[in-house]
Amino acid sequence: MADSRVSVPKEARRGEPFEVRISIRHPMETGYRTDESGAPVPRNVIRRFTCRYGGAPVFAVQVTSGIAANPYFRFFVTARESGALEFEWVDDAGVRGEARAELTVA
Amino acid sequence: MRATARLVPGRRRILRAAAAMLALRALPAIAAPELPDIPLLSQFLAGRAARWERLRLTLPVLADNGLAVPLKLAMAGPFAPGPTVRAIRLFSEKNPVPGMAVFEFLEAVERIEIDTRVRLAGSQKVVAVAEMSDGALYAAAAEVIVTIAACLDGS
Repeated sequence: MADSRVSVPKEARRGEPFEVRISIRHPMETGYRTDESGAPVPRNVIRRFTCRYGGAPVFAVQVTSGIAANPYFRFFVTARESGALEFEWVDDAGVRGEARAELTVA
Repeated sequence: MRATARLVPGRRRILRAAAAMLALRALPAIAAPELPDIPLLSQFLAGRAARWERLRLTLPVLADNGLAVPLKLAMAGPFAPGPTVRAIRLFSEKNPVPGMAVFEFLEAVERIEIDTRVRLAGSQKVVAVAEMSDGALYAAAAEVIVTIAACLDGS
């Protein structure tokens, strides 16, 4: 599913922080809206976003409807070893999304 | 002649005001010493005092649209080998969900910078609180004027 875009540098220097940017396609439905017939649209927002690096969780966000639709996060992670960055998120409907990027540490 | 002479200072004043406004927009929010009334924030602090320093919270002074307002968090290091940042919490004064987000640093990092986009249900103060590994708290606040609020309240 092409429901996210991730930007991670190809290479990073050991011990130094590198920038991670991710934008996820998600309506972040607040649950306060109604549809054309007046029926409430159930809340469906991403609840938790996690970033794992080399298998270990390094950064996470407890997300609410206070985060805009199509959530965007930019943050830093410390470079340790070459490996994968794995991103995972889950919404109110229980739908999980994931993304992945490879990083080479010099 | 007289009309021109009177116009010139007027124009200068306008230009100066415009320049000041531009400068203001670019400046990071200055930490407010008095906390806005957010019950969830008081509950979280539970009497603990947060220092209004180091942490920076940047929001535009004026947001045209509350549906997606760019928000920046930054904290000046160095951290290690001293206390590192564990989490940064965002509190909203007016949103129906006052706890907007919690950013968790599960592994220590020397560069604390977060960018995201938030929803704001109207003009309000937003407060950020950083929790350090030694339990110390740092806080920052920003006030934002929202022209069109995010439709969070069903209206």
